[in-house]
Amino acid sequence: MRLEPRDHVSLAMAIAGPILAVLAAMAICSLLILWSGSSITEAYVLLFKGALGSRFAISETLTRTTVLILTGLAAAVAFRAKLWNIGGEGQLYMGACAATMLGTGFLEWSPYLLVPTLFLAGALAGGLLLLVPTLLKTHLKVDEVVTTLLLNFIILLLVNYLVFGPWKDPMAMGWPQAAPIIDQGLLPILLAKTRLHAGFLVALASAFGIWVLMRFTVWGYEIRAVGANPEAARFAGVPVNRTIIRTALISGGLAGMAGVCELIGLKGYLTLDLSPGFGYTGIVVAMLAGLHPLGVILSAFFVAVVFNGADSMSRALSVSNYIAEVITAVSLLTVLVSMLLTRYRIRWK
Amino acid sequence: MGDFFDFLFVAGFWAATLRMATPLIFGTLGELVCERSGVLNLGIEGIMTAGSMAGWMWVYQGGDLWGGVLFAAFVGGMFGLLHSLFSVYLGLSQHVTGLGITMLASSLSYFVFRMMLPNVTTPPKIVPFESWSLPFFSEIPVLGEALFVLSPLTWLALLIVVVVGYGLFYTPLGLAVRMVGENPMAAEAQGINVHRVRSGAVIFGSALMAVGGSFLTLSAFDAFYIGMTNGRGWICIALVVFASWKPGKALLGALFFAAFDAMQMRVQQQASAAIPYQFYLMAPYVMSIVALIIMSRRAAYPKALLVPFRRGER
Amino acid sequence: MSRTIVMSLNKISKHFGPLLANNAIDLELAEGEVLALLGENGAGQTTLMNILFGHYVADEGSVTVFDQELPPGKPRAAIEAGVGMVHQHFTLADNLTVLENIILGTEPLWGVTQHMRAALAKLDRLSQEFGLTVDPKAQVKDLSVGEMQRVEILKALYRNARILIMDEPTAVLTPPEVESLFATLRQLLKRGLAVVFISHKLAEVMAISDRVAVLRNGKVVLQAETTQTSREALAEAMVGREIPEPKRTPQEAGEILLSLDQVTVFGTQHKRLLDQANLTLRAGEIVGIAGVSGHGQAQLADLLSGLQKPDEGRLTLRGAGEIIPKPSTMIRYGIGRIVEDRIGLGLIGDMTITENLASESYRDKKFSNFGFLRFNVLKEHARQLIEDFDVRCPGVAAQVRKLSGGNMQKLILARVLSKKPIVILAHQPTWGLDVGATAYVHSQLLEARQRGAGVLLISEDLDELLQLCDRIQVIYHGRLSESLDPENISLQELGLLMSGHQTTAPKAA
Repeated sequence: MRLEPRDHVSLAMAIAGPILAVLAAMAICSLLILWSGSSITEAYVLLFKGALGSRFAISETLTRTTVLILTGLAAAVAFRAKLWNIGGEGQLYMGACAATMLGTGFLEWSPYLLVPTLFLAGALAGGLLLLVPTLLKTHLKVDEVVTTLLLNFIILLLVNYLVFGPWKDPMAMGWPQAAPIIDQGLLPILLAKTRLHAGFLVALASAFGIWVLMRFTVWGYEIRAVGANPEAARFAGVPVNRTIIRTALISGGLAGMAGVCELIGLKGYLTLDLSPGFGYTGIVVAMLAGLHPLGVILSAFFVAVVFNGADSMSRALSVSNYIAEVITAVSLLTVLVSMLLTRYRIRWK
Repeated sequence: MGDFFDFLFVAGFWAATLRMATPLIFGTLGELVCERSGVLNLGIEGIMTAGSMAGWMWVYQGGDLWGGVLFAAFVGGMFGLLHSLFSVYLGLSQHVTGLGITMLASSLSYFVFRMMLPNVTTPPKIVPFESWSLPFFSEIPVLGEALFVLSPLTWLALLIVVVVGYGLFYTPLGLAVRMVGENPMAAEAQGINVHRVRSGAVIFGSALMAVGGSFLTLSAFDAFYIGMTNGRGWICIALVVFASWKPGKALLGALFFAAFDAMQMRVQQQASAAIPYQFYLMAPYVMSIVALIIMSRRAAYPKALLVPFRRGER
Repeated sequence: MSRTIVMSLNKISKHFGPLLANNAIDLELAEGEVLALLGENGAGQTTLMNILFGHYVADEGSVTVFDQELPPGKPRAAIEAGVGMVHQHFTLADNLTVLENIILGTEPLWGVTQHMRAALAKLDRLSQEFGLTVDPKAQVKDLSVGEMQRVEILKALYRNARILIMDEPTAVLTPPEVESLFATLRQLLKRGLAVVFISHKLAEVMAISDRVAVLRNGKVVLQAETTQTSREALAEAMVGREIPEPKRTPQEAGEILLSLDQVTVFGTQHKRLLDQANLTLRAGEIVGIAGVSGHGQAQLADLLSGLQKPDEGRLTLRGAGEIIPKPSTMIRYGIGRIVEDRIGLGLIGDMTITENLASESYRDKKFSNFGFLRFNVLKEHARQLIEDFDVRCPGVAAQVRKLSGGNMQKLILARVLSKKPIVILAHQPTWGLDVGATAYVHSQLLEARQRGAGVLLISEDLDELLQLCDRIQVIYHGRLSESLDPENISLQELGLLMSGHQTTAPKAA
């Protein structure tokens, strides 16, 4: 078996690739549904109904899309520069911590000032957290994959300590959670009687902003150059380390903003289950989108559909909602293959 | 201070060290074999989870303990095969493939666990391995109890260190594995099938990781929990760097690491009030990062690590 | 005398995309002979040998060795049939020992142990028989280039090769090492082996081969007994057409643009990769650096590229004084850098032509505004340059990776020379290019000299150096010789200097 590069990749192929991959993933996962004794069509119908079947369901799906757009962008930006940031989960919690620190009464400003401040603080906290492994990478050549992964565990234990210890809300009847964000610090709801909050707009704006950054600016050019070939970039005079550090601040900042979004848009107070792995799922979102910032919106929506749909499907059928994670994991792998097949053709001899 | 270090003479401390080291030894050796062949296996975290689930489920369904270990190895090997299809045969990014395998293996494990046991709140238990004691040696006071009364899987781990060490450096196959990790072109020029050797190494390494995972459910504990692996796989990856890709050093690293972990647990019991327990729990992760920082500067990576080999590519 | 045919290639064809690398090639090899396969870079000889050896699969045709047809795509089958290959880029693992490199694949993979003692004895016998001494316990990374080649030959002999294929074996050797290689080859022939010798150096081909076949554009255009042909006939067959080579016209050198003063660069284990190197470059001259690869040329090039800082000594630039090399500094002071590794260093293969042409100047006011790139200006700039420098490409938005080697080099020339640099570093600028592209590069360098730039030309091609340079310095173990006058020095004298011998060659003024 050999791989032969294609001379030309048509736009249709580039778009059809990920769609076919996702369909293939769902086909593969229907084996699991079959195994559980449920009907495949019923399961998928329930899944899509659960995610998109009503106004409320759609709003819930968009709410989940919000945070996934931000963590997806965090991964997409970093991976473009070949900075393997797998620490989105930790950065998300750091962002939430920063917002908790300032937003639970420390600052009592008007919403127009406080909300942006919380986002900024969260972004800064997430960015600074990623800065540590990044500096270790640029200055001491420490592989960032493992360090960012390990930092996730450290940060989660830190949050554990905070919500069980100094930040524990005495009014929460013993639950391990921090004090609630004051009203001025909360994001407004976009749709009445739903939980869809203004963070959704922040996420869309971020995606657009990152697209502009990557496509049209000097910084974006530098990030792409460093990712494509760091030696050649350095040779051409691109400040490679500075670019990687800048990328880290942007990527960590986006993940931190994701944490702020969940905190001040949805939950209202910091707990240990603020994120069921949104940081990790962001990696899948980014890969499904081929690291394209605008594609991230679509892939985040798709993943949100799968997760929300699987939740409601599992309530109706005897299929565990872990099926959602299986579907996204399989999608990641099938999309990888589809991207390969759009660039190469396989010769069997 | 004299009292503080008394734990060094308590048999329980050394026994705990060996117990905690066992999954790390398996995982680190598994990762080491993969990386020696030029393939980074970030699937380790998920494969260990799958191993702990598979081994436990086998025994829970009435199978015997060693059958559980074998089944875990088989499941791990299957994920290794999947990893190698993607990263070796198709030459896809080893980083992303590995993360994908971790996500797939852990979510599948949880899915299967939930599907087979839908209505339980407390995880059901099995009867785990009993310790084996080495006759005569185990009767040495303190030392014997600590070092020669061990879980059979710990014995197996120690044996595997020798097997992998010998295999890598003294057999034709080991030479081939090292060669494809250093210079795949050279290996192919001498008639070695690079893809086959690499995928073999990944499958074998993944099987070892899964056995390490099965130790958690079949020996250390007696049940399977969600989130049980808890970053052990990532620690193993750090340990491989720390060990400079040498099996003997990997054993030392895992033991040193586990000893430190066991020590922090003792300290935690003795001086619990002073520092919150969460900070003790951070210790292994912090230590892994420190180990990476210390070793990274002289890390001699296998030269072809992360480099896919595509036949006939110009 | 009856010839025993040991190997024949029958109607071999191979495409790479639209490129026809091999076009119905027929060749035969007889016992005890050296067949030289002559051709320019890219004429198809490497592809052909990779097919023979099973690295590539031919689209058509077959290979027969000792009357047995080889199954395609199986290196193992070629080895077992008695074919050994010494690749141009050695296929050795640096971190393994010589013995480990040699015995890999000679024992059944699933063996419980390796028969080290027997292997050592066999290796010892082979070394003695063919005069190929090398320490079997040494790690490959500690060997010299000549020793590595001996390991490669031993590797083939260890597998009882009867046919040896050598791809450009002399490219990395010093002249005395070449002599010793030829002596080894004669030993092999005496014992009935057959050798295919791939080269583009006419002198060597005339010296060692019995028969010669010339490849051009993937086709065999000439086959003859070596004694029945001449250098001139071979050269014509190889190139196929007359390409007028640009001529250097005498010209007075101007003021000093750049000087290296006692520059030393250390490698690992305190090895001196550049050793107190002194060099001056004046306006309007081309200074050549001759030497066998691996003697410090890379460090010298890195120094001028800004990738390497001197550990000792000074680098001075006219108008700037002493400078600490950094890529951005070199660009700012107008140093044009043409590096050896085009795709790894000179260009970013996954980015477009527009983006690559802008890579050294995207921060200029002309190309960016408030942090935003001015894409229209960039595109126009790129369009102008590919026209000026005759880059053949589908368009400015095409990925650089898909261009041919010659067009990549033209792209680099366009980026570098369009900025009218005062100092130009050209490291192996014609390596791997065909005759037409080579002539183009040469004329561009001469033109830059004409307008008063100083050019430092680092090359392993002595003909190129003698043709273009006003002065030549030889580099050997990191040391630079005095300047030599190319008009008054012979190839032999250069060769001796390159292998560390002192001569009394006349010095340049």
